[in-house]
Amino acid sequence: MADVFAISDKDIVVDELRDQVKNAGSGGVCVFEGWVRNQNDGRTVQRLEYEVYAPLAIVEGKKVIAEAKQRFPFLEASCVHRSGLLEIGDCAVWVGVSAPHRDEAFKACRYIIDEIKVRLPIWKKEHYVDGDSGWVNCERCANV
Amino acid sequence: MKTLTVKYFAMFREHAGASEETLELDAATARDVFEQTRSRHGSAEPIGHCKVAINDEMADWTASVKDGDVVLLFPPVAGG
Repeated sequence: MADVFAISDKDIVVDELRDQVKNAGSGGVCVFEGWVRNQNDGRTVQRLEYEVYAPLAIVEGKKVIAEAKQRFPFLEASCVHRSGLLEIGDCAVWVGVSAPHRDEAFKACRYIIDEIKVRLPIWKKEHYVDGDSGWVNCERCANV
Repeated sequence: MKTLTVKYFAMFREHAGASEETLELDAATARDVFEQTRSRHGSAEPIGHCKVAINDEMADWTASVKDGDVVLLFPPVAGG
Protein backbone atom coordinates (compact mmCIF):
# COMPACT_ATOMS: atom_id res chain seq x y z
CA MET A 1 0.00 0.00 0.00
CA ALA A 2 1.01 3.63 -0.35
CA ASP A 3 3.25 5.22 2.22
CA VAL A 4 1.29 7.09 4.86
CA PHE A 5 1.82 10.29 6.81
CA ALA A 6 -0.94 11.54 9.08
CA ILE A 7 -1.70 13.84 11.97
CA SER A 8 -4.10 12.49 14.58
CA ASP A 9 -5.84 13.95 17.61
CA LYS A 10 -6.68 10.42 18.83
CA ASP A 11 -4.59 7.78 20.62
CA ILE A 12 -2.09 6.09 18.32
CA VAL A 13 -3.06 2.43 17.85
CA VAL A 14 0.26 0.73 17.19
CA ASP A 15 -1.10 -2.59 15.87
CA GLU A 16 -3.08 -0.88 13.11
CA LEU A 17 -0.02 1.08 12.00
CA ARG A 18 2.16 -2.03 12.04
CA ASP A 19 -0.30 -3.69 9.67
CA GLN A 20 0.07 -0.76 7.26
CA VAL A 21 3.75 -1.53 6.66
CA LYS A 22 3.35 -5.26 6.12
CA ASN A 23 4.59 -6.44 2.75
CA ALA A 24 5.38 -9.96 1.51
CA GLY A 25 8.72 -8.67 0.26
CA SER A 26 9.78 -7.19 3.57
CA GLY A 27 12.17 -9.09 5.83
CA GLY A 28 11.56 -6.84 8.81
CA VAL A 29 10.22 -3.60 10.16
CA CYS A 30 12.05 -0.89 12.05
CA VAL A 31 9.80 1.12 14.37
CA PHE A 32 10.40 4.27 16.36
CA GLU A 33 7.85 5.29 18.97
CA GLY A 34 8.21 8.67 20.61
CA TRP A 35 6.69 8.78 24.11
CA VAL A 36 5.84 11.61 26.46
CA ARG A 37 8.35 11.54 29.32
CA ASN A 38 7.98 13.04 32.78
CA GLN A 39 11.19 15.11 32.82
CA ASN A 40 12.74 17.76 30.59
CA ASP A 41 15.59 20.13 31.36
CA GLY A 42 15.38 19.24 35.04
CA ARG A 43 11.67 20.04 35.32
CA THR A 44 8.91 17.59 36.09
CA VAL A 45 6.43 17.41 33.25
CA GLN A 46 2.78 16.64 33.89
CA ARG A 47 1.48 16.60 30.33
CA LEU A 48 2.23 17.83 26.81
CA GLU A 49 0.29 19.75 24.25
CA TYR A 50 1.08 19.58 20.53
CA GLU A 51 -0.01 22.36 18.22
CA VAL A 52 0.14 21.30 14.58
CA TYR A 53 -0.49 23.26 11.42
CA ALA A 54 -1.85 20.21 9.65
CA PRO A 55 -2.14 21.42 6.04
CA LEU A 56 1.60 22.01 5.81
CA ALA A 57 2.71 19.33 8.27
CA ILE A 58 1.08 16.67 6.07
CA VAL A 59 2.67 18.00 2.86
CA GLU A 60 6.11 18.23 4.48
CA GLY A 61 5.75 14.84 6.20
CA LYS A 62 5.00 13.16 2.88
CA LYS A 63 8.04 14.87 1.36
CA VAL A 64 10.25 13.53 4.15
CA ILE A 65 9.03 9.97 3.55
CA ALA A 66 9.61 10.33 -0.22
CA GLU A 67 13.16 11.60 0.41
CA ALA A 68 13.84 8.68 2.74
CA LYS A 69 12.64 6.24 0.09
CA GLN A 70 14.99 7.74 -2.51
CA ARG A 71 17.98 7.53 -0.17
CA PHE A 72 17.25 4.16 1.43
CA PRO A 73 14.92 2.17 -0.83
CA PHE A 74 12.31 0.49 1.37
CA LEU A 75 8.96 -1.10 0.63
CA GLU A 76 6.51 0.51 3.07
CA ALA A 77 6.52 3.40 5.50
CA SER A 78 3.94 4.87 7.81
CA CYS A 79 4.16 7.77 10.22
CA VAL A 80 1.58 9.36 12.51
CA HIS A 81 2.14 12.39 14.72
CA ARG A 82 -0.23 13.40 17.51
CA SER A 83 -1.85 16.74 18.06
CA GLY A 84 -3.64 17.94 21.18
CA LEU A 85 -3.17 17.08 24.84
CA LEU A 86 -1.07 14.04 25.80
CA GLU A 87 -0.33 12.42 29.14
CA ILE A 88 2.94 10.90 30.38
CA GLY A 89 3.63 7.62 28.57
CA ASP A 90 1.39 8.41 25.61
CA CYS A 91 2.74 7.75 22.12
CA ALA A 92 3.43 11.13 20.47
CA VAL A 93 4.83 9.90 17.18
CA TRP A 94 5.09 6.54 15.45
CA VAL A 95 7.37 5.74 12.51
CA GLY A 96 7.52 2.31 10.89
CA VAL A 97 9.56 1.29 7.85
CA SER A 98 9.63 -2.18 6.34
CA ALA A 99 12.23 -3.28 3.82
CA PRO A 100 13.74 -6.45 2.39
CA HIS A 101 16.81 -5.97 4.64
CA ARG A 102 17.32 -4.23 7.97
CA ASP A 103 19.90 -1.65 6.90
CA GLU A 104 17.46 0.35 4.75
CA ALA A 105 14.74 0.03 7.38
CA PHE A 106 16.95 1.38 10.21
CA LYS A 107 18.38 4.22 8.13
CA ALA A 108 15.07 5.32 6.64
CA CYS A 109 13.34 5.22 10.03
CA ARG A 110 16.11 7.38 11.54
CA TYR A 111 15.96 9.82 8.63
CA ILE A 112 12.19 10.20 8.90
CA ILE A 113 12.06 10.90 12.65
CA ASP A 114 15.08 13.24 12.53
CA GLU A 115 13.63 15.34 9.71
CA ILE A 116 10.14 15.41 11.17
CA LYS A 117 11.48 16.89 14.40
CA VAL A 118 13.17 19.83 12.68
CA ARG A 119 11.03 20.55 9.61
CA LEU A 120 7.34 20.11 10.34
CA PRO A 121 5.22 22.96 11.70
CA ILE A 122 4.61 21.25 15.05
CA TRP A 123 5.09 22.87 18.44
CA LYS A 124 5.28 21.28 21.86
CA LYS A 125 4.09 22.94 25.04
CA GLU A 126 5.08 21.34 28.31
CA HIS A 127 2.84 21.66 31.35
CA TYR A 128 4.85 21.26 34.56
CA VAL A 129 3.72 19.94 37.93
CA ASP A 130 4.31 23.36 39.50
CA GLY A 131 1.53 24.77 37.29
CA ASP A 132 3.90 26.59 34.92
CA SER A 133 4.06 25.83 31.19
CA GLY A 134 6.38 26.60 28.32
CA TRP A 135 7.02 26.04 24.62
CA VAL A 136 9.91 23.72 23.84
CA ASN A 137 12.47 24.77 21.26
CA CYS A 138 13.76 22.24 18.81
CA GLU A 139 17.18 21.09 20.08
CA ARG A 140 18.94 21.09 16.70
CA CYS A 141 17.39 24.43 15.70
CA ALA A 142 18.34 26.05 19.00
CA ASN A 143 21.96 25.02 18.47
CA VAL A 144 22.28 26.43 14.95
CA MET B 1 1.88 49.40 0.98
CA LYS B 2 0.51 45.88 0.75
CA THR B 3 -2.44 44.31 2.47
CA LEU B 4 -1.22 41.05 3.99
CA THR B 5 -2.82 38.48 6.24
CA VAL B 6 -0.27 37.38 8.83
CA LYS B 7 -0.86 34.16 10.78
CA TYR B 8 0.86 33.42 14.08
CA PHE B 9 1.43 30.02 15.65
CA ALA B 10 2.29 28.65 19.10
CA MET B 11 4.30 31.23 21.09
CA PHE B 12 3.87 33.85 18.36
CA ARG B 13 0.09 33.47 18.60
CA GLU B 14 0.19 33.81 22.37
CA HIS B 15 2.36 36.92 22.17
CA ALA B 16 0.24 38.54 19.47
CA GLY B 17 -2.97 37.64 21.28
CA ALA B 18 -4.46 36.61 17.93
CA SER B 19 -4.03 33.75 15.48
CA GLU B 20 -4.12 36.11 12.50
CA GLU B 21 -4.51 39.72 11.52
CA THR B 22 -4.72 41.74 8.34
CA LEU B 23 -2.07 44.43 8.14
CA GLU B 24 -0.95 47.18 5.80
CA LEU B 25 2.80 46.72 5.53
CA ASP B 26 5.56 48.24 3.46
CA ALA B 27 7.16 44.82 2.97
CA ALA B 28 9.02 43.40 -0.02
CA THR B 29 10.03 40.03 1.43
CA ALA B 30 8.98 37.50 4.04
CA ARG B 31 11.88 38.77 6.16
CA ASP B 32 10.37 42.27 6.09
CA VAL B 33 7.07 40.87 7.35
CA PHE B 34 8.82 39.06 10.21
CA GLU B 35 10.80 42.16 11.21
CA GLN B 36 7.85 44.55 10.91
CA THR B 37 5.59 42.33 13.02
CA ARG B 38 8.27 41.58 15.63
CA SER B 39 6.64 43.91 18.14
CA ARG B 40 3.36 42.03 17.66
CA HIS B 41 4.64 38.45 17.92
CA GLY B 42 7.09 39.62 20.58
CA SER B 43 9.85 37.32 19.45
CA ALA B 44 13.46 37.66 20.52
CA GLU B 45 14.16 34.52 18.48
CA PRO B 46 16.77 34.91 15.75
CA ILE B 47 15.02 34.67 12.40
CA GLY B 48 17.25 31.69 11.52
CA HIS B 49 15.44 29.59 14.14
CA CYS B 50 12.04 30.41 12.68
CA LYS B 51 10.29 29.38 9.46
CA VAL B 52 7.87 31.01 7.08
CA ALA B 53 5.22 29.90 4.60
CA ILE B 54 3.43 31.99 2.01
CA ASN B 55 -0.05 30.93 0.89
CA ASP B 56 0.44 27.51 2.52
CA GLU B 57 3.80 26.77 0.89
CA MET B 58 7.08 26.75 2.79
CA ALA B 59 9.20 29.70 1.66
CA ASP B 60 12.62 31.29 2.16
CA TRP B 61 12.93 34.52 4.11
CA THR B 62 14.06 36.17 0.87
CA ALA B 63 10.80 35.24 -0.93
CA SER B 64 8.85 38.26 -2.13
CA VAL B 65 5.35 39.00 -0.89
CA LYS B 66 2.55 40.52 -2.91
CA ASP B 67 -0.72 42.22 -2.11
CA GLY B 68 -3.23 39.76 -0.67
CA ASP B 69 -0.69 37.11 0.36
CA VAL B 70 -1.16 35.06 3.52
CA VAL B 71 2.13 34.93 5.43
CA LEU B 72 2.49 32.25 8.11
CA LEU B 73 5.12 32.89 10.77
CA PHE B 74 6.39 29.78 12.55
CA PRO B 75 8.42 29.95 15.77
CA PRO B 76 11.07 27.22 16.33
CA VAL B 77 9.41 23.87 15.73
CA ALA B 78 9.57 20.90 18.11
CA GLY B 79 7.89 17.81 16.72
CA GLY B 80 8.50 14.29 17.94
